[in-house]
Amino acid sequence: MMRTGTFATIAVLLGAAGFLLPQVVANPYYFYAGYVVLQYIVIATGWNILGGYAGYINFGTSAFFGAGVYTSAYLMQAFEAPLVVQIVAAALVGVALGVATGYLTLRIQGVYFSIATLALVVVLETVVHNTEALGGASGLTTIGPPPPAWFKGQTQYVFCVMLVLALLAVVIARWIETSWLGRGFRAIRASEPAAESCGVPTLRMKLIACAISGGIIAAAGAPYPSYAYHVEPVSAFGLLIALNALAMPLIGGTRSWMGPVIGAVLLGTIQQVATVTISSEYNILAVGLLLIAFVVAAPEGLLGLLSAVRGGVRWSAKPARKPA
Amino acid sequence: MTAPLLSVRQVEKTFGALRALGPVELDLRPGERLGLIGPNGSGKTTLINCIAGLLVPTAGAIVYAGEDVTRRPAHKRARMGIARSFQIPRPFTGMTVLENLFVPLDYLGRGAGDARARAEGVLRSMRLDGRRDAPVESLSQLELRKLELARALVTEPRLLIADEAMAGLADSEIDEILSLLLDLNRTGVAVIMIEHIMHAVMRFSERVICLETGRIIAEGTPQSIVEDPHVQRVYFGEQQNRP
Repeated sequence: MMRTGTFATIAVLLGAAGFLLPQVVANPYYFYAGYVVLQYIVIATGWNILGGYAGYINFGTSAFFGAGVYTSAYLMQAFEAPLVVQIVAAALVGVALGVATGYLTLRIQGVYFSIATLALVVVLETVVHNTEALGGASGLTTIGPPPPAWFKGQTQYVFCVMLVLALLAVVIARWIETSWLGRGFRAIRASEPAAESCGVPTLRMKLIACAISGGIIAAAGAPYPSYAYHVEPVSAFGLLIALNALAMPLIGGTRSWMGPVIGAVLLGTIQQVATVTISSEYNILAVGLLLIAFVVAAPEGLLGLLSAVRGGVRWSAKPARKPA
Repeated sequence: MTAPLLSVRQVEKTFGALRALGPVELDLRPGERLGLIGPNGSGKTTLINCIAGLLVPTAGAIVYAGEDVTRRPAHKRARMGIARSFQIPRPFTGMTVLENLFVPLDYLGRGAGDARARAEGVLRSMRLDGRRDAPVESLSQLELRKLELARALVTEPRLLIADEAMAGLADSEIDEILSLLLDLNRTGVAVIMIEHIMHAVMRFSERVICLETGRIIAEGTPQSIVEDPHVQRVYFGEQQNRP
């Protein structure tokens, strides 16, 4: 585990570098592509709090992301709310959605929970499709006020906003990982009956995980209307969001905050390169192939693989038996 | 006469049409050592799951320390001092031995301020201090059994339920676990031991209860249970570890 001082220094340096970038990099495409990678860092980090730490696999990430997108778009259209208000409101909607979903589904476990979260995407997308105030199937055009002059453009501005969100998400995830909350989540992941017997209020803890995870993922969707200028249900609730949210932590490693970050940077970058060099349609193929490769060759992700190569047994799946 | 620490009153548990337990009636005194034996499927684990709060009885009541806890969840019973180990060790994987002990300390608020010192003290008493920073995935079967007990012990329980804590261990290892349980009992902790290793039950228990098809068929001193013809027929007949 990285020391807190080192972690804080790197976070501050990355933040400062990101804010200086618009002054030295002229081509807005880098910010356009970088935004997507950062967005996936936030999504994957949020997903990992419930899916990685607590072990509850959420297939419904797009529902939370889409809820954030539409909360933000609606506030922008109806009230001309500033971006920071959109983000806070989206996070709150995500928390509420997480608690509601958790309350309804967390009494069921394993694959049943995952299926229930998948249903949430269908429900929300259908609601948006049929809600006139949200633009229905044709969506909403979302043009906000011009960004502060420092950023030299809207794309650079939302890139910096997403950088702040990514840093915040990682700080939250790292704090959870090292705190009593993280130990409770990991105990639930290992064995719910044993966790209960050690005093962990498992249902409440799962609700907390759902709420934090939902809030972070929804916050990731909030700047999207300012980034894309137009939102519609198929993109906001798209399969790629849910697939990436699952694949990135699995590829990087689900036990540590670093895993989703590594997975998001790796997969997000590959997807962006593939989009410009091959075809945007091959994105999902790249995700699928990488996911299969990691599930077969490194089920504990890159960090688990690294640990195994170093001779560690820390993340092996089964406890060792005493030799006969 | 001392009030019982635990009273199981006409407790029954059914799963659909299957009656797994009951009705069962038993009392446990503070600091008592109770052995619970019976063939596989006799309802031992169902009974202790009802006592620990992982199962809600279909009928009857469980009274602990004078309070009706029948519908109270397991984590609240843990707070009241009921601790348990599991038949198959359930370590919190992805953590070290010491971190495993931090989980109950975090959530039960025991040893506030000196949680680390308390956890290290318990590991020393369980002779696990040398493995303090080891990932639990690297522990041997004996060490896993000790970790289960250490995790229960760190909660400062008044009642410990040890579910086959010696299964799969060699004789010397059984002696080590027995010695640890006896040391714990000397501090005033009541212990319910579920075990198939009869010589361990005989050495440990003050009183033994034998269950069969969910009902108590015999209760008494270890010697009287061994000599009970009914127990001999339904249980020892299939036992390899006869005392």
